[in-house]
Amino acid sequence: MNVLSQAWEAYRLRWKRRRLLYRALRKRRQLRPVVDRTGRIAPGDILCFSTVRNEAVRLPFFLAHHRALGVRHFLIVDNDSDDGTRDYLEAQEDVSLWRTQASYKLSRFGVDWLTWLQIKHGHGHWCLTLDADEILIYPHHETRPLPALVDRLEQSGRDSFGVLMLDMYPKGPLAVHPYEAGDDPFERLCWFDGGNYMIQKKPELHNLWIQGGVRARKFFADRPERAPTMGKMPLVKWNRRYAYVSSAHSLLPRRLNRVYDEAGGERLSGVLLHTKFLNTVVDRSAEEKQRQEHFANSDLYDSYYDALTENPDLWCETSTRLIGWRQLEAMGLMSKGNWI
Amino acid sequence: MSVGIIMLVHTAFDRAEQVARHWAASGCPLVIHADRNVPNATYRKFIDALSDLDRVKFARRHRCEWGTWGLVAATQEASEIMLNSFPDVRHVYLASGSCLPLRPVQELIDYLAERPQTDFIESATTADVPWTIGGLDHERFTLRFPFSWRRNRKLFDRYVALQRKIGYKRRIPNGIVPHMGSQWWCLTRQTLSAILTDPERATYDSYFKRVWIPDESYFQTLARLYSRQIESRSLTLSKFDYQGKPHIFYDDHLQLLRRSDCFVARKIWPFANRLYNAFLTDAAGAMKRTEPNPGKIDRIFAKAVERRTRGRPGLLMQSRFPVEGRENGLTCAQYSVFEGFSDLFENFEPWLAKVTGTRVHGHLFAPERAEFSDGQTVMNGALSDSAKLRDYNPQAFLASLIWNTRGERQCFQLGPRDHIKKIEWSLAKDQNAQISVISGAWAVPLFKSNMNFADIRQEAALLQQVESKHLDVLRSQWGKARVRIWTMAEFIEAPMEPLQTIIDEIGKQSVHGLAEVPKMADLTGFGQFLQNLKNQGMHPYLMGDFPVEHRLHEPQGQTRKPYLVR
Repeated sequence: MNVLSQAWEAYRLRWKRRRLLYRALRKRRQLRPVVDRTGRIAPGDILCFSTVRNEAVRLPFFLAHHRALGVRHFLIVDNDSDDGTRDYLEAQEDVSLWRTQASYKLSRFGVDWLTWLQIKHGHGHWCLTLDADEILIYPHHETRPLPALVDRLEQSGRDSFGVLMLDMYPKGPLAVHPYEAGDDPFERLCWFDGGNYMIQKKPELHNLWIQGGVRARKFFADRPERAPTMGKMPLVKWNRRYAYVSSAHSLLPRRLNRVYDEAGGERLSGVLLHTKFLNTVVDRSAEEKQRQEHFANSDLYDSYYDALTENPDLWCETSTRLIGWRQLEAMGLMSKGNWI
Repeated sequence: MSVGIIMLVHTAFDRAEQVARHWAASGCPLVIHADRNVPNATYRKFIDALSDLDRVKFARRHRCEWGTWGLVAATQEASEIMLNSFPDVRHVYLASGSCLPLRPVQELIDYLAERPQTDFIESATTADVPWTIGGLDHERFTLRFPFSWRRNRKLFDRYVALQRKIGYKRRIPNGIVPHMGSQWWCLTRQTLSAILTDPERATYDSYFKRVWIPDESYFQTLARLYSRQIESRSLTLSKFDYQGKPHIFYDDHLQLLRRSDCFVARKIWPFANRLYNAFLTDAAGAMKRTEPNPGKIDRIFAKAVERRTRGRPGLLMQSRFPVEGRENGLTCAQYSVFEGFSDLFENFEPWLAKVTGTRVHGHLFAPERAEFSDGQTVMNGALSDSAKLRDYNPQAFLASLIWNTRGERQCFQLGPRDHIKKIEWSLAKDQNAQISVISGAWAVPLFKSNMNFADIRQEAALLQQVESKHLDVLRSQWGKARVRIWTMAEFIEAPMEPLQTIIDEIGKQSVHGLAEVPKMADLTGFGQFLQNLKNQGMHPYLMGDFPVEHRLHEPQGQTRKPYLVR
């Protein structure tokens, strides 16, 4: 019986995956190429996929960081920016850019668009799927670029890599910290919540549902079940038959979600430093509340946006100051497994 | 006399070329074997690149899949070329394209010249090696392995199981004793030529062709037949993880590799520019004449394997989420839980903090909020006191609290008024928990309260019910915590003895016994209070027997020893 129900479950998920792929296929018409340099992608290149909207401030550091890590080509969907994002990206030699004015929410928060690009360009490559406010770090990232990491993952028979998203915040009210495009955002956003994460294993997709961090502490203490998801699988050896289910939090086929060890050991994992709480978040929150594009039940998040609009101070006595990956590793926020 | 290098290459040809030139520059002749799977064009380019070196020869190419005979055949042929073409060679060193000489080649040459008769080959009998993968040690030599372990794991496993079941065994020829060891060796001309020209070689070859991973056993076994002096260790520093995959060295390993004093290391990541620059150009630390000492870094690798396989106990994270029973400790450090103590003693928490020097919290699972010590609203690691956040995942809350305060023992209060349903099993099953219970002490605050008696009665009934179930959990056979339970009546007969025991176990106070005792609540009239409850039809039993006219510290009949559940 158990075998039967498992087989049924696997069959159901297979169809779910096919539905997602079909969805992406339909949404491809929403994308208009701005500049297509994908011809320059060589076999074995590591690619980065992203959907952006008005991220001109964050993009210079985002591109520089991941370029230095060894990303060879960025495939970006611009969702109707009006702050110069498009011109900036168009001028980058390692960026291919598409644009769309369609709804972010209706494309499952950009995932449908990226799934189409991944079907077309990601097959056989290690693919990073990130937002512009996410900076990937992992054990030894300063001395071992992404090609070393993916070699290691392949050698251990893995084709996906799990991370914890770490909300970084400044000390003091958010809006008072100046930030210029290209600056290291972590000079000001150098604090984080070090030990208040909660994990459940999702029975359907076998992914870990991680919640916690500063947003849970400050904005969702009275309704923790609504707190944002902090676990992701942003780095995957892509196959055109794969699909992200909800943002980069879970994947199909579901074996890709098993980035954790269940027998007590630790697997290699990393951290996404989240630069959401730059000074711009205060003004933007009012706009996002209006647009209602970021959450499935947007009304439930009004109070969250309201709180952000009030320019809060997220810092507390027991916040931890970021020093580097070794510190995060020692705190158990990422693990080097046996990659020493 | 010189040292001949056999180099097996299958990838990263620019690095292989760089290393080959390094060997050649010190006068070492080379025989290079490239995998047959390498495209011809790449191979041609590689040969052309090295064409200016006259003491470099290339062996006929074999297909070298991991764990197959091809590697041995390639080595055999390359060895023959080496011995025939370079008569001045006394030692032959087997290396790969991703090997990197860590010390000046001249040091290796001198080292071997001082030991002209010694063969350096790791060679141990199968009974003595712990590092076999796939659980196969002696069976490597007695079963057949027609299916690839890498590509056809299922078939491989099933075929092994089948042979075990029917009791199939191959005969080992001529009574040789199988030995295993690192495939990277350094043999003398005498030993190597004896192996290659053995009249029985055809027998051995046909036998080893069907052995699993023959490159780790062919030379290792046969060297035992001819060598005059075997040093059973490899001169190549080569580390394997617990899955049998070789560890790769990166730029940040520079100091580690220097400290090892080994002659050669593998495997080096092809893009580790800093390593290649450091070891192939500068001669820092040269002429040390020290023995290779891989043991210096063995500890680091052993720790890494432990981290990967056992992990850090009490840590839950995105890449460690053990199933129930495999946690290897639900929390990361010992902590103490006190039930009823703060009801019975007026100043229990400050007293405990003073006596033990530990962090003493109030009721962490109280309905209103987590009562952290000193009234804090966020604890270490930004752990919030919000009851909703805590109750959303109490296990995570507890594990985080203990993890975030590593190095400082935590104590907290618990009682039937708290939200204990979702956490009590975790506490009972946690070997790090020290749980001390004075049962029935929840009646003291009721006794002191200014509530209507009907409400008191109702509350007492509820608390008694909750605590009774809770005690069943603590006494469960699945429990791993150290649990001590006293009834309140027992406890107040001789409070110092149990307190002393608990404090001793926390293990931080002086040896002279407790200088100061906590102040017990005034219990005058408590017996009557319980009697009143009884008269109202609610039978309080968890606190033990209190006479109606009980006075403090008055002996009452027989007292039982506190019992230790586990």
